[in-house]
Amino acid sequence: MDEAIPLFRMEGVSKRYGGVRALDNADLTVTAGRIHAILGENGAGKSTLIKIMAGVVAADGGRMTLEGREVSFASPAAANQAGLVCIFQELSLIPELSVADNIVISDPPKRFGLIDRRAQRAIAEEALKRAGADDIHPQALVKDLPLSRRQMVEIAKALARKPRILILDEATSALTAADVTRVFQVLKRQRAEGLALLYISHRMHEIAELADECTVFRNGKNVATYTAGTKSDNEVVELMIGREYSHVFPPKLATVAKDKTPILEARRLSWTDRLKDISLLVRAGEVVGLGGLDGQGQRELLLALFGVLRGCSGDLLVDGRRVSINSPSAAKSAAIGMALIPEDRKTEGLMLPMTVRDNLSFAALDRVSHGTIIDTAEESRRIDEMIKLLAIRTAGTAIPVGALSGGNQQKVVIAKWLMNQPRIILLNDPTRGIDVGTKQEIYQLLRKLADAGAAILFYSTDYDELIGCCDRVLVLYDGAVRRELVGAEITERALIASALNIQTGEAVPMAAGVS
Amino acid sequence: MSETAHEGSGWTSRLPPFIRRMDPAVVTAFACIVVLLLLGSLYSRNFLSLEYLLQQLKVASFLGVIATGMMLVILIGQIDLSVPWVVTTGAMMASFASSFGTAGVILGIPFGILCGVLLGLLNGLGVAYLRIPSMIITLATNAVAQGLMVVYSGGFSPKDTASAPMRYLATGFLIPGLPNAVIVWAIIGALAVFLLARTTFGRSIYGIGNRERAAYLSGINTRRIVMTTFAISGGLAAVGGILLAGYASKAAQSMGDAYLLPSIAAVVLGGTSILGGRGTYLGTVAGVILITLLQSILSVMQMPEAGRQIVYGVVIVAMMLLYGRERLVRQ
Amino acid sequence: MRDWRFWFAEQRGTLLAVAIFVVMFAVYIVNHPAIANNGFTVATLSNVGQTAANKGVLLAFVAMAQALVVITAGIDLSVGMTFTLTNCLASWIVVGDPLSTALGVVGVLAAGALCGAINGAIVIFGRLQPIVTTIATGAIYYGVALLLRPFPGGSVNGDLADLLTGKVFDVFPASLIVLALVVLVVWVPFSRSVTGRAAYAVGSSEVAAYMSGVPVRRAKFVAYTLAGLLASIGGLFLTFFTYTGEAALASGNTYTLFSIAAVVLGGVSLFGGRGSAIGAIFGALAFRTIGDLLFVFNLDPLWQPLFQGVVLMIAVSLGAFGLFRVRNRLEWFG
Repeated sequence: MDEAIPLFRMEGVSKRYGGVRALDNADLTVTAGRIHAILGENGAGKSTLIKIMAGVVAADGGRMTLEGREVSFASPAAANQAGLVCIFQELSLIPELSVADNIVISDPPKRFGLIDRRAQRAIAEEALKRAGADDIHPQALVKDLPLSRRQMVEIAKALARKPRILILDEATSALTAADVTRVFQVLKRQRAEGLALLYISHRMHEIAELADECTVFRNGKNVATYTAGTKSDNEVVELMIGREYSHVFPPKLATVAKDKTPILEARRLSWTDRLKDISLLVRAGEVVGLGGLDGQGQRELLLALFGVLRGCSGDLLVDGRRVSINSPSAAKSAAIGMALIPEDRKTEGLMLPMTVRDNLSFAALDRVSHGTIIDTAEESRRIDEMIKLLAIRTAGTAIPVGALSGGNQQKVVIAKWLMNQPRIILLNDPTRGIDVGTKQEIYQLLRKLADAGAAILFYSTDYDELIGCCDRVLVLYDGAVRRELVGAEITERALIASALNIQTGEAVPMAAGVS
Repeated sequence: MSETAHEGSGWTSRLPPFIRRMDPAVVTAFACIVVLLLLGSLYSRNFLSLEYLLQQLKVASFLGVIATGMMLVILIGQIDLSVPWVVTTGAMMASFASSFGTAGVILGIPFGILCGVLLGLLNGLGVAYLRIPSMIITLATNAVAQGLMVVYSGGFSPKDTASAPMRYLATGFLIPGLPNAVIVWAIIGALAVFLLARTTFGRSIYGIGNRERAAYLSGINTRRIVMTTFAISGGLAAVGGILLAGYASKAAQSMGDAYLLPSIAAVVLGGTSILGGRGTYLGTVAGVILITLLQSILSVMQMPEAGRQIVYGVVIVAMMLLYGRERLVRQ
Repeated sequence: MRDWRFWFAEQRGTLLAVAIFVVMFAVYIVNHPAIANNGFTVATLSNVGQTAANKGVLLAFVAMAQALVVITAGIDLSVGMTFTLTNCLASWIVVGDPLSTALGVVGVLAAGALCGAINGAIVIFGRLQPIVTTIATGAIYYGVALLLRPFPGGSVNGDLADLLTGKVFDVFPASLIVLALVVLVVWVPFSRSVTGRAAYAVGSSEVAAYMSGVPVRRAKFVAYTLAGLLASIGGLFLTFFTYTGEAALASGNTYTLFSIAAVVLGGVSLFGGRGSAIGAIFGALAFRTIGDLLFVFNLDPLWQPLFQGVVLMIAVSLGAFGLFRVRNRLEWFG
């Protein structure tokens, strides 16, 4: 291949989602026979970048060239045709079909017009072998495989398409250590055969082992490209931080009374292999943050506390008394007084086609009714109160909540739980995808609730928020609490370093989870 | 998904506000009723007479009662295919109990309803706690109910004549001129409206139908609500059966068969989404009347059964294409 | 080789249906009065088999039709009406000399396929829910059937009927051979084609299927159309058995409901993506045998529907045990 023309180049590509600029004039050059790692914190634009490359979303501007020819992909299939294959985090396998069926799904071998199962099996065996997964039987059904095996099938499926550029988005997150070693061998072999690889991972040691060159993204821009091994971990963290601060946070609590009985306490909480021995406590008036990279067990932790997960081990204490919560309806009962602002407001927080009114009172219906009959006057009064308290901008309470802006929808989710007057408030990334103004209001509100005596456990993917809002932050990695940062220790550097599970000297290793 | 709620453009903006605020499906259904009546009156003067209209309401009330239960089940995003034999069970058991003296006659109707509720509970248990698709478990319940009734009516030389209270309920006149069956439907309808609009149970039904996951995370005991809904549907199907038996003076084996598909069609034509979560009782009333009128007019016009069925099917498809289409799934 | 284990896992539902059928049929045969009187002679066995087969194949065809649609995560509530409609049509046109009889058969099959294609077109292009669509089209098809046969009547080419409902070499029921042929000609090619695999993919996960570039619309359309075709083969056979056409509402509805029961017994998941038409066939045969079992035990036939209902109830409840393995309660909601 001509040295002058790189295999793939992306120039000045931008993408906006509503008011958020996910990708801002980004450039990227991919060379055949090299492994290119992409780094960046949550929301730096990595996933938008690969979605554009893989034809899942269209860019707003900029150009992409493949071997010097300008290209654009209308669908994942079109990108595949051109030789760009992406292994997404969300699995794209069809559960009820066999491994072999899945590997050849887009273009099965045919004989007399019908699928040639023998040839299909040969292709599948070959692909599995290439992926270092020959322990997987091509006739096994995908739904019967554990997550790590499915991920290997994804890799085999991608390789069977004979890609020229292979994009791996956190492809190793579900794998066992032995698999990772094998996948790395495979990727190195592919590199030797001239494949270009784009590797996105949060695991620094993987990048150190694998990458030839690295590009760091921040705020939707590529801020640095360097040859792997030329920068220390500290320097890399330095490149990743430095987000523009545009938020004003309310003042934090001066001192947290250590002697107070915590409202919420968990001891050695474990659930399957996703939560490992988590101990935490939250006192009245405290805002405790959950940090770490996305998908390290934060979501499961909140669900476990809220009584959604079955088969949790460990103890849960409310007001110092041991309790067992086995459903959200138990969690919200007056004795416990817990609320969960869930992750996805569109599917878990709200019923979008229902009215603002119905949504607002939905979790607190018991409080506005006599027996089973709703006292509509009382309901209206409380709803108006909430709309005023949170300054929800809506054209009335009788319109579908889906017609509100994202920020106002999120306010409805919060308001609906505040109607229950909870004492323990769990929040799962409540500011994702909403405007700056509303975020500000939410920060103020959280502090106000804490000052009024609520215990708040707040997971956010935005480090800025954790720094600005939280009195303490627990950083999760791989289902366990790895660090506890208190007060002035909560810095962006400490958060990123502990999220990546690397030592930078500044953060103090967590002492003990429980006092 | 589009984020705009109000599209005030086009011809709809010229309509009076109270109509604009209504569900377009309900408006369409009522408009169709008016058109049907006008068409009918062109054919025969009788169509606009009070007598004819009351007669139609009476016939509609059987379907109306059954469709009320079906609507609740459809609102939670499920379906109840056990209607045919639950209707029959209700009718037969009420008649059966009535053969035991005065006490039996008095308790006959409650006993029939109880049997329907029990069958509904069986459905609800399967759907809510075992998470068996409602289409299967209600089918199985239907088969069991059929089996029980066949054994009962074949083996015990049953008393299948409707008792006096049953006949009175269906054909009597508590208020002169207004058939009791219509009053029964009106009461059940009013209760349904109240239930859906003013109780925590009704709100939960809509919530579950829209997004069961969100309802569960809001601390609603979704399983209990789902089970109760099926029990109510079973009970209402039994009431429908009791009315039918009273109307026909006796309970018969296949009496419920003709009510399954029309009850689903009535609910759906009234603008209730078959996927659940959206729909008004007014719409179901419109759907019930629409279907009853359609059947009646076609039969008065001496359209043979064949033509009636075809028109019936075409009307459902056409109306659903008008306003019942799913949104295109966009990536 | 561990191949058989995976094959077993993939075909578990189908195999279970076969096993249920074999056990029930064995019990049925052993206790059959004809066998009890005459012993295990070829003639008796073939007589018993023929009667059973002729009862079973009708539901088997309709269940196969239902299975095709259910695999795509749809449902066809008009399948019994297509069956009735084609029965009525056949009682008009499958008559006369061999040529016109053959043309008649082709006409009946085409009519069935058309019914299915209409369902498919409305579901795919009209974007209506399959359940509502097929309720409505079912009414239309029944109307057409009534139009054709307001009163039971008509006739059918007797030679052909006798040939297909009789015995081959005086031993083997011909209807079973036709069933096997239909499986070979319709199901086997379908299940091994790209379209067939797409049908499974669509039923299992429509989003993943789209992301993998699978022909989603074609798969659904073909599935509905073939369902209509298979139902019409059932209708044709009904005519061969009865020599008449009859637009019977109850019979049509019963076949629709039984087809769903047979499909479930046959290991086809109503959520789509799992099962096979073979399983549905054995589900149908097993369901029929359940009914006949009572007869050989000299129980009052009155108990037959109840027995069928209870067996169905138990069968569908067995699938619920997977629930106890769910660790995250949100998975209840799919």
